[in-house]
Amino acid sequence: MDMSFSPEHVAFREEVRTWIAKTLPEDLAKIAAVDGHFEHTDTMRWHKLLAQKSWIAPNWPEEYGGPGWDATRRFIFNEELELAGTPPLSPFGLMMVGPLIIQFGSDAQKQRFLPKILAGEEVWCQGYSEPNAGSDLASLQTRADDDGSGNFTVNGQKTWTTYAQYADWIFLLVRTDNSAKQKQQGISFLLVDMKTEGVIAKPFLTTGGTPAFCETWFENAIVPKENLVGPLHGGWTLAKALLGHERTLIAAVGQSSRMLRRVKKIALETTASGKRLIDDPAIRLRIARMEVKLRSIEMANFRTLAGAQLGHAPGPESSILKIRGSEVIQQMFELAMDVMGPSSMTWFNEPGVVPPDQEYLGSVFNYIRASTIYGGSNEIQRNVISKMILGLSSK
Amino acid sequence: MNFELNDDEKMLVETAQSFVKKESPVSRARKLRDDETGWDRAVWKKMGDLGWMSLPFPESVGGFGGSFADVSLIVDQLGTTLVPEPYVESVLLAGMAILRSGSAAQQERLLAPMIAGETSLALAALERTSRYDVTAVDTRAEKAGEGWTLKGEKYFVLNGHAADHLVVSARTSGKHGERNGISLFAVGKDAAGLKIQRVKMMDGRHAAIVTLEGAAGELLGAEGAAAPVLDEVMDLGAAAACAEGNGIMRTVLWMTVEYLRTREQFGVKIGTFQALQHRAVDMFIETELAKSTSILAAIKASAPADERAYEISKAKAQLTASGHFVVREGTQLHGGIGVTDEHDIGLYFKRMQMLGALHGDQDFHLQRFSSMPQFTAL
Repeated sequence: MDMSFSPEHVAFREEVRTWIAKTLPEDLAKIAAVDGHFEHTDTMRWHKLLAQKSWIAPNWPEEYGGPGWDATRRFIFNEELELAGTPPLSPFGLMMVGPLIIQFGSDAQKQRFLPKILAGEEVWCQGYSEPNAGSDLASLQTRADDDGSGNFTVNGQKTWTTYAQYADWIFLLVRTDNSAKQKQQGISFLLVDMKTEGVIAKPFLTTGGTPAFCETWFENAIVPKENLVGPLHGGWTLAKALLGHERTLIAAVGQSSRMLRRVKKIALETTASGKRLIDDPAIRLRIARMEVKLRSIEMANFRTLAGAQLGHAPGPESSILKIRGSEVIQQMFELAMDVMGPSSMTWFNEPGVVPPDQEYLGSVFNYIRASTIYGGSNEIQRNVISKMILGLSSK
Repeated sequence: MNFELNDDEKMLVETAQSFVKKESPVSRARKLRDDETGWDRAVWKKMGDLGWMSLPFPESVGGFGGSFADVSLIVDQLGTTLVPEPYVESVLLAGMAILRSGSAAQQERLLAPMIAGETSLALAALERTSRYDVTAVDTRAEKAGEGWTLKGEKYFVLNGHAADHLVVSARTSGKHGERNGISLFAVGKDAAGLKIQRVKMMDGRHAAIVTLEGAAGELLGAEGAAAPVLDEVMDLGAAAACAEGNGIMRTVLWMTVEYLRTREQFGVKIGTFQALQHRAVDMFIETELAKSTSILAAIKASAPADERAYEISKAKAQLTASGHFVVREGTQLHGGIGVTDEHDIGLYFKRMQMLGALHGDQDFHLQRFSSMPQFTAL
């Protein structure tokens, strides 16, 4: 057993770290240094810098513009981005629809869509959930009817269409066959131009005070049939294919490591009654407990990564990553709030009210509650483990 | 990075799996609770014949020249059926202390028979006021002619009631709590002035309170310089507890899942209830996390002292939290039967409680690594 990275991988990490330090624009680096808030335009500037370096889509095959990295390089790259606190890239094109088009799309679709995703010229959003189809996604009701002249007519409402207000395109799960016996059948995967007449996106605020959420309506939106990806009525297969991708990234280990460091920094720099907070045993032990939890997730992640590097399918240890990773990142922010103490009460103030690296934590602390909900809620994840790994049935 | 077992390691695991199943099912641990020794010399000899005690020792003393990682694979399997033989006590605690401090002749004389399964050893490092601090030593050793005599009391000496030789820590200089001035001595079980009081422990195994009233001891290694050796063997003990705890958690998890699959109430299998399924999944999650950090502990057991201590403390803290969670939830999901002496889960529950308290409990380890400079090196 060996948990060290090979010399090539160590050198790669150094190359990535140096490049990030050199390339991340100064104004963005300033935001990163205090874990501040990035606007959509910041994200896209960073996207384009990565695209110029051909490092924008680590998980894409080389022939489609990926850098041809092994699983370990992809892991290291992602970790370095997270540790540096660079603007989080929009995952919908790079991580979701891109890989699906590569796997299931036609040549024409690949040529039409992939280069623009890479270049950051077209931004995507995801149209899966509906007001009445959340965890029970297969109950979705948005319809795409064949109009007999080479188009679908789309009607319905999607929700949690994150950052749809900035998106050029949306990928949709729609019902194309109402007579199917099982609700998972009769669903298709459709690409829709957000400029299509009858498509309306309306952002709404998260508890973090950011306009990340959106609702998107479709009223007789006309979508050409050539925008269907994969077989007609076969969209559920595509929806499921996404779930298996890049499981080591889902644990948010880099983000949690960064937050642990932030928490320690605050505890080192804050004094109470003339004593550093880190020297208060109650505080120090709470931080220590979180470090233990983080280390266990990190090791579980390493085990998954080492398996992936050898080309193995993810083992049971990887199924826990979403559940515990999302819990740990929440707990990191809970701890951050407690270590901040009175400063944790502030909300989007003028500079100078609290130290700069504490200004934005309260917003993320609120929004991060979503981490145990999105990507399949942790309760759904537990149902899956119960059935698939423990062999416990519901009947 | 690679956590796969190689062919030799796989074979080691398979041999151990079949051994514990055939030679030492959990019913044996149950029966031996009432035995004065608590383990069986014939089984110990078989373990020696399999070469398990030789694993971490160099070839010069009849060892295999392997690593702690190999030992941890065995210990994990021993945990699955609660094998009571004093493997960790003899090999890792006393054995490694002798290897690190003894002369070649002492190593040969004390280790070779243990490696063969003919003798067993015990480490007598802690005292009534030590808790987990190996420097809290009041037992004193004084020069007596060519040799030394020891005076003091050692507390909860694991396998102390049955060991052929004890490795005893005593002060040759300095005060309680000082790192300098602690030395190690080999004391034979029949030494005059040695009193051994057998103590029954919660898990049915035995330890001893050892009273030294001028017992003769043979100095192992340099005088006054044993603190780093004691640190190391305590870390190895903690890392071994992680491995053993893994075997226990896995066993309790699947025992509980099996119960959920078969037990019926309200006309259905109770494993169909989502409230219970999710609790079982949380047991699974904790089992996997503890496994992940025990791999960390096994790898870091041979790291430089600071790194070893830092990482093993984290692993032991995780093991204790996860292990307690799993055996406690497992008991709850078994319902009333889980609290009867008749059901095996209680044996695992008790052993897990012991593992939590051995070689530094959760609070000790959290305190320890968070007091190290690495903790605040950002």
